Amino acid sequence: MKILVCMKQVPQKDVTLQLNESGTWIREDTSYESNEPDAYALEEALQLKEKHGGEVVVISAGPARAQQVLREALAKGASRAIHLEDAGLVGLDAVGTAKALAAAIRDEQFDLILTGLQSDDCGYAQTGVILAELLGWPHATIVMQVEKQDGGIRVKRELEAGYFQFVDMPMPAVLTVQSGIKKLRYATLMGIKQAKNKPLRKLAAADLGPLGPNLLQIQRLYIPQKTKKTEVLNGTPAEMAKKLVEMLRNDAHVI
Amino acid sequence: MADTILAVLEQREGKLNRVSWETVTAAQAISGQTGWPVEAVVMGSGANNVAREIAGKKLEKVYDLESPRLEPYTPDAFSFALKRFIGERRPKLVVMSNTYQARDFAPKLAAQLGCGLVSDAVACRYQGGQLVFVRKMFQGKFAADVTFTGEPPFLTTFQAGFFRGDQAQDAEAATAVETVNLDIPDAVVRTRPHEVFKEAKQAVDLTQAEFIVAVGRGIKEQKNIELAKQLADALGAEIAASRPVCDSGWLPLDRQVGSSGQTVAPKVYLALGISGAIQHVVGMKGSKTIVAVNKDGDAPIFEVADIALVANLFDVLPPLIEEVRKAKAVA
Repeated sequence: MKILVCMKQVPQKDVTLQLNESGTWIREDTSYESNEPDAYALEEALQLKEKHGGEVVVISAGPARAQQVLREALAKGASRAIHLEDAGLVGLDAVGTAKALAAAIRDEQFDLILTGLQSDDCGYAQTGVILAELLGWPHATIVMQVEKQDGGIRVKRELEAGYFQFVDMPMPAVLTVQSGIKKLRYATLMGIKQAKNKPLRKLAAADLGPLGPNLLQIQRLYIPQKTKKTEVLNGTPAEMAKKLVEMLRNDAHVI
Repeated sequence: MADTILAVLEQREGKLNRVSWETVTAAQAISGQTGWPVEAVVMGSGANNVAREIAGKKLEKVYDLESPRLEPYTPDAFSFALKRFIGERRPKLVVMSNTYQARDFAPKLAAQLGCGLVSDAVACRYQGGQLVFVRKMFQGKFAADVTFTGEPPFLTTFQAGFFRGDQAQDAEAATAVETVNLDIPDAVVRTRPHEVFKEAKQAVDLTQAEFIVAVGRGIKEQKNIELAKQLADALGAEIAASRPVCDSGWLPLDRQVGSSGQTVAPKVYLALGISGAIQHVVGMKGSKTIVAVNKDGDAPIFEVADIALVANLFDVLPPLIEEVRKAKAVA
């Protein structure tokens, strides 16, 4: 199986983010990591390759720092990487990103494309599905499990409220992967060493052809207004604990 | 053609998805601001009863798109049917709920129509002749005002719980229902879905719990779960968790609260080290009193909290367990 994994670099989950001066995006100077669902997509791809043979290729669109995501993926076992690195590719919406990804792989023949079900920054949950449509391939979203079978694959989809569904589909196909489907591996020292010699191809906007204008525009980014009156407990942890127990007993009547 | 809003509603095997009433309320609310009338569409095979149920609401018209290929759901058939229908009806705005089904087909539909999709919106206002949508970004840390730049139709999905389904306005006289029989060629549908199922019966029904102690990523390690369990035991509360904790296998999946787990509304929901990503918040924001303990004062969980403890949960837990035990001993 020849598998492409689309990965995104996003701000780390537990860092406090600052707005930029124009209030349209966050300040760049923060720490970043691989988008968590994309990391699970990579893990699934690597396990499929280990079971059925083939190749795992990783791709990411983003500034120079995004190379870190690709290096990590190479260290974990991907065989090569494609980096769409160009100022013109920054701030693309889901359609623009999907068009860039489709253009970047137009000369390759993948059996499967895996990506995370959504990104931890924008959370559009659209890019993978749009990519499938641009390529003319079927897709499945929120995938928990992938099995190869005659004539294609069988995937397990997560539905709402604890329901699931198996879906049979032909290849090539695009799957968007849910977090937690397999245990993530760590890169080994050997892997990190080998990654340095693995091919990493860079493509610029000019290599991808026209992507068209964004269809969505973020006018403003801001801290959400509170809709609730919150009572903030002050003091030492012990004082907070005491106050909380009083409130639980006297106001909420649960003690 | 006059501008209209199309509400895309969801049914399965002749039963309306309750969240579709929220879609109706959302569409009616936007209609109140724009003056654009609302039409509704439902798709399936034998969905006429559902269409008639929808017709009890104040709508311009209800369409029932019928084809044997629309049941069971596939993204191929749904986007094929809707692309054709939207191409003919030319609504200005298409409103959906951000269900797992809409998440599956709406981006595909948008790509087919060449139009933008604002997914997972929580509000919409009409301002200076422009629709401005609000959606959460960066895991709920920020909200964004988002507009469409291209030509209509515009597509949007709303997060569950931001419009109230019971506020959908009723019709004075039943709305007209029009059945449209669609011919969907075999080759369109490329995937074959099996029956929907539930994994081994859920052992724990958190929906009935009066008091829930829930742990998130902030609990850091599996061994620390024990501390949260001690608190839950002392309080007589059920223990629950956000997705990452269950993904790590630290608590079983049937303890998960959120869009992919259970939706709960206890008297008290005590969130320990839960950041408040929207996927979690939708599963618990109906709780009567929400207590949040998080060391990050900017964590989105505090937006929905009634009582906030900005502190390291490992500093708060030991004295809290002790205080609870003391209080219980007295009681």
